[in-house]
Amino acid sequence: MVFSDDRAQLQAPVTDRDHAQGASDAPVTLVEYGDYECPHCGRAFPIIKDAQRRLGGRLRFVFRHFPLTEAHAHAQHAAEAAEAAASQGRFWEMHDSLFEHQRALADPHLLEYAKAIGLDVAGFRQELDSHVHARHVRADFLGGVRSGVNGTPTFFINDLRYDDALDAASLVSALEAAIPAPHRR
Amino acid sequence: MNASVLRPGTPAPDFSLHSTPDQSVSLSDFRGRPVILAFYPADWSPVCGDQMALYNEILSEFRDHNAELLGISVDGIWCHLAFADNRKLHFPLLADFEPKGHVARQYGVYRDRDGTSERALFVIDGDGIIRWSYVSPVGINPGADGILRALEALPKGEEHGV
Repeated sequence: MVFSDDRAQLQAPVTDRDHAQGASDAPVTLVEYGDYECPHCGRAFPIIKDAQRRLGGRLRFVFRHFPLTEAHAHAQHAAEAAEAAASQGRFWEMHDSLFEHQRALADPHLLEYAKAIGLDVAGFRQELDSHVHARHVRADFLGGVRSGVNGTPTFFINDLRYDDALDAASLVSALEAAIPAPHRR
Repeated sequence: MNASVLRPGTPAPDFSLHSTPDQSVSLSDFRGRPVILAFYPADWSPVCGDQMALYNEILSEFRDHNAELLGISVDGIWCHLAFADNRKLHFPLLADFEPKGHVARQYGVYRDRDGTSERALFVIDGDGIIRWSYVSPVGINPGADGILRALEALPKGEEHGV
């Protein structure tokens, strides 16, 4: 029996099936486990945008699904909507739309966002209705559970869980600190 | 660390606690199957809510191990029912309410100063032996990775009963 001070490690490595912004050889990778209906994730959304602006090409950002489906009625379908957009190459456009409209995530809203970002809405709807992306979402979720994700949002910086404050200054300084010296500014 | 927390290899003390106003659950009801005991300080406090909400999402993985999850706190049964209804929990919450914290004390996870239990996890095998225990800092949701690893470490025969 121990009280562990060790930060949890990401058990599911970033792969090609992940959705990433930034180069795969970026010196620092931030992985978020998030839920589109979670208000804390909504608060984190602009903070991550800010960090991305400040670190530029040195940061790779990966988003994985961690919907708490009993607590958040629309979270699962919203995650599947992001995956359905991904199959048309528009994951991040849908991701942003969902976080920008966290209080409007019922199916008719999802279709509106699909239309607004220029998706083939019929194809999107078919994938959503048949839940073809449910397994991907669940795989993300279980990989998170294995990695010690205990709620949303949970962040990992270069595979180590980030447990500090969720504000831009703290996050950026943690990201900077994780960057190997030759890449630091 | 609480030195009296029951450790792996120790027989799990049996108990009978209310899960609804007219139903009780005993540990011995689950003999032959693994049991996950999740002691938590209080219904409604934010961390507990997140912890129970998380477990609520992983019940199918627990069931893959034929394991039963039981939440336990010193809250009364009516409080538990309102909490479980609000959070749509699909597993029993047991009321360690009278005598208050009696079961938590037996497992070595009662916090005298606070009048609540620790945030403590026990995985008990089908023979009623504790196989894993963990006490989390009270404000930190311990997640479920430790529980899953403990269930996987159970011999297959014990996991599914004899």
